[in-house]
Amino acid sequence: MQARPFLTEANRDYYAGALMLAIGAATVWQGAGYRFGSLTRMGPGFFPVALGALLAVLGIAIAIGAVRKRNAVDALDAAPAEWRAWACILIGVGSFVVLGKYGGLLPATFAIVFISALGDRDNTPRSAFVLAVAMCAVCVVVFWWLLQIRLPLVGWG
Amino acid sequence: MIEQSLHALWQGFGVAVEPHNLLWVLFGVFVGNLIGVLPGMGPLSAISILLPLTYAMAPVPAILMLAGIFYGSQYGGAIGAILLNLPCHPPHAVTCLDGYPLTQQGKGGTALGVTMIASFFAASVGIVVMIFASPLLVQIAFKFGPAELFSIMLLGLIAGGTMSSGAPVKGVAMAVVGMLLGVVGTDPNTGASRFTYGMTTLADGVQLVALALGLFGVTEFLRNVNRLKVTGNATIGMRDMLPTGAELKRAFWPIVRGTSIGTLFGAMPGTGPTITTFIAYAFEKRIAKNPAAFGRGEIAGVAAPEAASHSKTQVDFIPTMSLGIPGDPVMALLLGALLIHGIQPGPALITQHADIFWGLIASFWIGNVLLVLLNVPLIGLWVKVLQVPYRYLYPAALFFIAVGVYSTNNSLFEVSEVLVFGVMGAVFVALKFPVAPILLGYVLGPLVEENFRRAMFLSQGDPIVLVQHPISAAFLGVSALLIGVQVYVAFRGLRASAAVSPT
Repeated sequence: MQARPFLTEANRDYYAGALMLAIGAATVWQGAGYRFGSLTRMGPGFFPVALGALLAVLGIAIAIGAVRKRNAVDALDAAPAEWRAWACILIGVGSFVVLGKYGGLLPATFAIVFISALGDRDNTPRSAFVLAVAMCAVCVVVFWWLLQIRLPLVGWG
Repeated sequence: MIEQSLHALWQGFGVAVEPHNLLWVLFGVFVGNLIGVLPGMGPLSAISILLPLTYAMAPVPAILMLAGIFYGSQYGGAIGAILLNLPCHPPHAVTCLDGYPLTQQGKGGTALGVTMIASFFAASVGIVVMIFASPLLVQIAFKFGPAELFSIMLLGLIAGGTMSSGAPVKGVAMAVVGMLLGVVGTDPNTGASRFTYGMTTLADGVQLVALALGLFGVTEFLRNVNRLKVTGNATIGMRDMLPTGAELKRAFWPIVRGTSIGTLFGAMPGTGPTITTFIAYAFEKRIAKNPAAFGRGEIAGVAAPEAASHSKTQVDFIPTMSLGIPGDPVMALLLGALLIHGIQPGPALITQHADIFWGLIASFWIGNVLLVLLNVPLIGLWVKVLQVPYRYLYPAALFFIAVGVYSTNNSLFEVSEVLVFGVMGAVFVALKFPVAPILLGYVLGPLVEENFRRAMFLSQGDPIVLVQHPISAAFLGVSALLIGVQVYVAFRGLRASAAVSPT
């Protein structure tokens, strides 16, 4: 009943190696725009380009290592993807940033706790709400009153 | 010279027992223990969550408190490992093997008691080693030039990458990724902006707190949400923690051996705590008369790795403080915290900031005493804290992370950095990369670049200088050896698997 996961023991290292190769290549590409200099007087580009090249080589090595795992038992990953929970956590943190800028500390606090709490299957909207209100109280007392955080409780701009 | 350090140590105790310093140590130890006990939170998340709180403090109490948090969370992690089979911090994974069976047999309290004794003993030994070894190392360190510093950091990075959990190549790749993150921002030598993509907020580089909380906070939550089920219902009283004489006798030599292994590994830069505890456990099992008892609740299997982990972290402070080279990610984080407070660890630290260095050593010991005093009466509280449901824990923790990062520099941009690093960490974890070396690379990267540049400038672009200096050559030799061994093992594995499966 479960769909075949995207990542398996067999293909994981291919993706891992490819990712490292991509990051390394992108770094070399970007770093080539900075002055390279010489060994005696290194420019700002020397170190990043060297690291990028090294990372690309490591990426290839990881992918080569994956070859020997190809015959390994193709065990399905036990844990299924938690798209809803992941989305809730990321949106929660994102909304803290946005609401912190345009709404103030209190709405931001409520949003990050409430939205991220909804990601857990055992939380009901009610329990998430209660938790969020409780954290708002903590926030006002500890961060706004005691630590005097430099963010207005409610405000625009 | 020893007389001199003892005198300095005495003054250090004077610094550490000043009432406000002592109070901060106590606070750090308590909060660290509290966070360490919470499921899914280890020393790295504990330190990074509380780091922003220290910005307003003077450097001495700040660093004393951070060290306290570190110890506290280590003790706390052992509680979760033994009572609930939850290794919140990788080094405790081994402790679970025998600690949890002991709990199932109703001897969880004893296991905790032995852990505490083992940790205290090991930490005390580590502190003594630190008192005598640091001044010696400093004398050598003053002779270090850029070439030596470059080589020893390279060794630390390679060791940190290859000896972390998981495949060695992947660990090294992560260390390189960390170094690349360290490059972001204004180049100190030329003033050129690197990888800032026109964002002025990135000119000062990636923020340490944002990186650490992304990698060890958000990533952990993404990984654990809906998956971490806290079960188990242990009730432990104070009296259960006192081990019997026979149990103590059985645990004594494992504790001593674990401590020695930890001390030995602490002296090597880059070897992580996880590998140390695994070796301590494997060693106990190897020399045991009855190896079959391991994994079924053998007290030695709890005592040895816990002792090793505590003496190792203690000895790890030696290269961190006297050379400015962190041995593992936790040390990298503490080093970063010191830098934020305007203290540059290195040989000059012990001479210029003697109060910090010796005060720190004294506070280590005081912190450990406080931990024992705290843990015995509060064990009931910790057991309750352990049972906080994850569904309440992670949203609240996310809020603390967001507010903490914001208050570092009053910048919401850094909160979004956390988000980016959280996602990045989750992708890496899904691909089975160990993320801890990223932090090591991030902290060491700029230092490596700086010293390499200086070494090359002094030698007028001749890389041979790195092997002409004997100390530097020795470090490079060990690095090459480490790589050689890994490559050999990898190729043997390739050939072996080709032979087994000719398809």
